[in-house]
Amino acid sequence: MAIIVKTLTQDEKKQKLAEVLSQHGAEGRQGLIQVLQEAQNIYGYLPLEVQREIAFGLGVSVAEVYGVVSFYSFFSTKPKGEYMISVCLGTACYVKGAQAILEKVETELGIKSGECTDDMKFSINPCRCIGACGLAPVMMINDDVYGRLTADKIPAILAKYKEA
Amino acid sequence: MNMVNLTIDGIKVNVPSSYTILEAARHAGIKIPTLCFLKGVNEVGACRICLVEVVGGRSLVASCVNPVAEGMEVMTNSPRVRATRRSTLELILSDHNKDCLACIRNGNCELQNLCELYAIRENRFQGVRSPSIIDSKSASIIRDSSKCILCGRCVAACQKQEIGVLSFLNRGFNTSVGPAFDISMADAPCIYCGQCIIACPVGALHEREEIELVWAAIHDPEKHVVVQVAPAVRAAIGEEFGLPIGTRSTGKMFAALRRLGFDKVYDTNFGADLTIMEEGTELLNRIKNGGKLPMITSCSPGWIRFAEFYYPDFLDNLSTCKSPHQMEGAIIKTYYAQRKGIDPKNIYVVSVMPCTSKKTEAAREEMINEKTGLRDVDAVLTTRELARMIKQAGIDFVKLPDEGPDMDMMGEYTGAAVIFGATGGVMEAALRTVADILEEDDLPEFEYTTVRGVDQGIKEAEIVVAGLKIRVAVAHSTAAARKLLDAIRAGTVPEYHFIEIMGCSGGCVCGGGQPQVSASDLMDIDLRTLRAQALYEEDSLMTKRKSHKNADVEALYKNFLGEPNGHLSHELLHTHYRAREIYPDSVLDE
Repeated sequence: MAIIVKTLTQDEKKQKLAEVLSQHGAEGRQGLIQVLQEAQNIYGYLPLEVQREIAFGLGVSVAEVYGVVSFYSFFSTKPKGEYMISVCLGTACYVKGAQAILEKVETELGIKSGECTDDMKFSINPCRCIGACGLAPVMMINDDVYGRLTADKIPAILAKYKEA
Repeated sequence: MNMVNLTIDGIKVNVPSSYTILEAARHAGIKIPTLCFLKGVNEVGACRICLVEVVGGRSLVASCVNPVAEGMEVMTNSPRVRATRRSTLELILSDHNKDCLACIRNGNCELQNLCELYAIRENRFQGVRSPSIIDSKSASIIRDSSKCILCGRCVAACQKQEIGVLSFLNRGFNTSVGPAFDISMADAPCIYCGQCIIACPVGALHEREEIELVWAAIHDPEKHVVVQVAPAVRAAIGEEFGLPIGTRSTGKMFAALRRLGFDKVYDTNFGADLTIMEEGTELLNRIKNGGKLPMITSCSPGWIRFAEFYYPDFLDNLSTCKSPHQMEGAIIKTYYAQRKGIDPKNIYVVSVMPCTSKKTEAAREEMINEKTGLRDVDAVLTTRELARMIKQAGIDFVKLPDEGPDMDMMGEYTGAAVIFGATGGVMEAALRTVADILEEDDLPEFEYTTVRGVDQGIKEAEIVVAGLKIRVAVAHSTAAARKLLDAIRAGTVPEYHFIEIMGCSGGCVCGGGQPQVSASDLMDIDLRTLRAQALYEEDSLMTKRKSHKNADVEALYKNFLGEPNGHLSHELLHTHYRAREIYPDSVLDE
């Protein structure tokens, strides 16, 4: 699902979350993961207030919601940039040099993975296998996939988004 | 019942097919060690201490969760089992704060006992250790992450209460147990029932100790130190001195308190009798004058916090009565102080309670006298803390003679007060008095056994007195309270007049301040029933068994308070509550 963070106002995000919760409210604990995923799509990350809202909406404890959020690396409690860069650190990408790709992205943007640039344009989020092992090493910037990467290709790729 | 035959360590056993290997082994007289297992609370097979070998099986299995099967051949003490258990223990120890000498559970720690059992003599695995985070913000419960072994017993106990402020957080080596967003328990909607402490096998969770404050007061010549002790304490304190569970230690308990050096030794049962006078009158007034019904008891501070956090729409249903020890503290610093000619500033009231939530209750601003600025109760000790003080003082508890409370002014108590410590007890005590008042008689039948017992979380009864039908309900544990209150909201239960709610399952006898019983011992008994029996036994031995028969309470009204629910009563003995927000923005922003 596309990330819709930028296009919505705070009120619209709240409205969207309320819709998601009314849709899944009856599922209780069973619906938790899906609601968290959808909420992260709406907000770009899972602020504490949103986790609290989800707990109340599903009738599960806030501690349990936070337990799940902090367990899965997919979920983030920190804001995400307009462009989320996911460098795959799955086995295939890793043996093909993904670590060097990640480090290059970090130095180019001046942030560490898990962080967001001050202008809220980029954030880096290492991820596990995205199922494109034939193209290893790969990274995704939002929904765009880049394969067979080398560190020297990174600046040109990032430049496209910096200008966008 | 479907039975199966199996062999455990060469012993043939015939057990129901629903049994786990652990239960079947106990049946055969073999105790398999456990750590994360807590019967009825945490049965997850996480810690791997209870591993056993099943002949023909590929790997060892966790006996606490694996069911028995026909023809199964189990070895609980094979070389492979022993070696694996040892390694598991050593791995747990590799990330455990082993400062056992300074630990509150030293000598009473399930992990320590296992290390002794398996003769762990060295720290074989040295490596990175989890950081030590000590959460000591609350007045009731302290949490030390460096002692935590991630067994999950506290998380399960909190979930069983349907409160759920504790959870596993993060992942892998970074896993920890704590409240959401790593906030303090003092900022989480925790009711301080202390069931997490009771569940904890190690020293990761414990009460805030007030022993030193109490010793300092006792040894301060300026201070007149008055101690009062709750009914449930006598039903359990003997366990701390090796007496069997369910032993009633009333006489030795009073003897010990006197030897500790308290200037005056009272029983909170006096306050309980007083509570019945106030609460019974309040109930009758509400029924007669169309007041808010059902009226719900307010003795359990865990329940009060639960209502304030989770059911604020029921706050008007709560009796405005303070809990018995708060009432007694308020009376000690006014009536008693006046009569004895002691400046209340120099009186130091200590409550010995089976409860951790009482520590926070005593610190509430509503429990401070508006005129004098003095707290009703200055320090609250748990049953465990009192036992520690007795041991520190070198008192041989078991050999003590039987004594009673000081019998002047506030010493008398009735059997109705004693049963306050068990689920249904407050209800029964109230009914004994309310029935007599309505019938204007001294009724010979006053044992309301339908509200006793622990088989059901919610108990109901209908009593007809003087032509008036009184419908009552009793709930113990906050999970049961939730169920009952939800049903009242939904209108699916009859309209009750009076409800008793206690925060802990079984009532105060199994409160968070009571002695910890090992998970192994808890497999064979119902602790709630055994401890409650001690209280019902004491009730049956009393000559006065109705609160309104208490002569000292009667004198208190005659000489000081005037009448129940009167002006002075309202000032000293009644309180109010406030809705509390769950995870407010102010907490999230920190």
